[in-house]
Amino acid sequence: MFHLSEAAVAQINGICDRYADEPTPLIMILEDIQKEYGYIPLEVQEIVSERTGISVAEIYGVVTFYSFFSLKPKGKYVIGCCLGTACYVKGAQRVIDKFSELLGIKPGGTTDDGMFTIDALRCIGACSIAPAVTINGKVYPKVDVKEVPGIIAEYRNAGGAE
Amino acid sequence: MAKINIKIEGIPYEVEEGLTVLEAARACGYQIPSLCAFNHGECSRGSCRVCLVEVKGARGLVASCVYPVNEGMEITISSPAATAARRASVELLLSNHSMKCQQCDKNEYCELLYAARVTGAREDMFQGSKTPTTIDEITPSIVRDTSKCILCGRCIERCGNAHGKSVLGFEKRGFNTIVAPAENRTLDKSPCILCGQCVTVCPTGALMEKSEIGKVDEAMKAGKYVVVQTAPAVRAALGEEFGMKIGTPVTGKMVAALRRLGFKKVFDTNYSADLTIMEEATELLGRIKNGGVLPMITSCSPGWINFAEIHYGDLLPHLSTCKSPHEMFGAILKTFYAEKIGVDPKDMFVVSVMPCTAKKFEKEREQLQRDGIKDVDAVLTTRELGRLIKRSGIEFTKLPDEEFDNDIVGDYTGAGVIFGVTGGVMEAALRTAYHALTGKEHEMIKFEAVRGFDGIKSAEIDINGMKVKVAVAHGMKNASVLLDDIRAGKSDYHFIEIMGCPGGCIAGGGQPYVKPQFLPNEDIDILDTYKQKRANALYSEDERQTLRQSHNNPQIKALYDQFLGEPNSHLAHELLHTSYKPRKAFRD
Repeated sequence: MFHLSEAAVAQINGICDRYADEPTPLIMILEDIQKEYGYIPLEVQEIVSERTGISVAEIYGVVTFYSFFSLKPKGKYVIGCCLGTACYVKGAQRVIDKFSELLGIKPGGTTDDGMFTIDALRCIGACSIAPAVTINGKVYPKVDVKEVPGIIAEYRNAGGAE
Repeated sequence: MAKINIKIEGIPYEVEEGLTVLEAARACGYQIPSLCAFNHGECSRGSCRVCLVEVKGARGLVASCVYPVNEGMEITISSPAATAARRASVELLLSNHSMKCQQCDKNEYCELLYAARVTGAREDMFQGSKTPTTIDEITPSIVRDTSKCILCGRCIERCGNAHGKSVLGFEKRGFNTIVAPAENRTLDKSPCILCGQCVTVCPTGALMEKSEIGKVDEAMKAGKYVVVQTAPAVRAALGEEFGMKIGTPVTGKMVAALRRLGFKKVFDTNYSADLTIMEEATELLGRIKNGGVLPMITSCSPGWINFAEIHYGDLLPHLSTCKSPHEMFGAILKTFYAEKIGVDPKDMFVVSVMPCTAKKFEKEREQLQRDGIKDVDAVLTTRELGRLIKRSGIEFTKLPDEEFDNDIVGDYTGAGVIFGVTGGVMEAALRTAYHALTGKEHEMIKFEAVRGFDGIKSAEIDINGMKVKVAVAHGMKNASVLLDDIRAGKSDYHFIEIMGCPGGCIAGGGQPYVKPQFLPNEDIDILDTYKQKRANALYSEDERQTLRQSHNNPQIKALYDQFLGEPNSHLAHELLHTSYKPRKAFRD
């Protein structure tokens, strides 16, 4: 297990204190931490528990209930494949399977180099362009299985250049 | 509280405003089949959908455990639609249940089985997904089996009240939802203190004590010299396992039963409670005189010790170094007593019958064994003793009353008896501390200020002009208030008693289940009154004793004269005292 720096602990406590006057601050605190760090590991949950008095078990329950929160670090590029009804009937399962195959990870997983995470999403409201894929906010419409290698390469090249 | 008028099955009733339909119906003499609901909403409220009834004008059926009554309400429990819906709700729960009822130690008290019986629910009516199973039986105390969990949330609420911050919580979602410590960790790697309060409220076998009946069987079979000791709180509740009214003291019958179960000697842990008081009172007075760490805190409750090590590691020097009474007894039995009767300590097997699940863990501590010999070898809960007696065909209620063994050790005073209830250790210690400081007995004997079930009790006792300030807390939520004050340097108490379970050992995690549906002859408020009833059983036994102060126990005096020397002597320290070490809340 890793250990948080004092600065990180202070920052997490600071996030908790932002919502000190809220009657039910937990989700707001977790949202801020998720945005700040990209994930909310148990050690961070313990700090939130200590500061707010909410049990770790309850915090963990909220983190695992909402798919927005993550227990593990996500990759630099988060590939969100919509598996909502419209995308699904348009072949989204084959698309996500192709991403999985080429990256060697299951949906929810992250590549060892920390570059990619695949998320299986329920309807993202882009049914007219089904099947839809989003990568860090950029939307790819009507994705065909054949386009998948190209999309990955696009980001791998960009990422490799950094 | 204002009264309102309602009708149930067309019959008019007057009930208190603010009750739920379930509570109001109960007050009127109707037992609506329900499952997740627990006392005063100590549950996740309305999740199981078993208590559905018809309310005129309401949309659909309503869950009576969360639906408040109001003026003019007309309730129907018996309608075909309501009975069918209740049955279907139970059948849905059964479809995701392990159904290994024969092997389940909870089956006699299983609320799901009871609900299935009264609603007429059948298994296998719905086929579908099942929740992935986790069975955690790593700790010596508690077994958690998610395949039997109905997600009622009672354990989460109770843990929040007993531990302060609930160790258990709902995690994940949908069919994957389970009740578990964070990360679905095993209890030994979580902040769980193993008090077993969750076990006492769990409606099914999802949370249970880990039975050690098999260990006792093995020892008997191996021809060991098996002796047994029983904690004070056991006698106040064991009768409940055999249908006796709550609060019936069964000391004599319990002793008779244990003899018939083949134990070579049947001792009362009260003897060593007296010994604990001698050691603890001496330790306290020593700390006061010599400027030691104050306040000193009692160390009898293993749930509390776990909590202190996990959450207040910095305050461990405040804890008395005294072992808990049954461990002290084990140490004396395997040294002084074994030598007197000519038994090799290696051949002696000490069984403790305790109201406690944390004691099972405690006996495994390395600080509580010497040269590889444990002070205590097996711990049975009050419930396990009940099962052992039933298994052996002993008709408990027809047993004669017999006396504990007290050949060389075993005598006890009233002070030892009251150890089983919150405030009891404090009261017993005060009786002896008063004598030690003044040379006289306290004329009152009873210290009323430390009795009762207030979360935190405090008192100031004048002893020879010295004002001794004491406090008593039970349940870790209450204890934390006192502990935080110590941490902040704001505590001016000399002595604090802390017990892990709310109410003390009489309501411990190993005590018989108090479930109203299985107790038709008890009052409807039994969940609010059972602690007092069990406590009364102990206080009445204290009053029946001629000797009521630990220092007046003749065998304790003899033990010091012949063996230990004096309280807190070198040998006493070696045998009767222990040490603690901090642990992380989430351990790898």
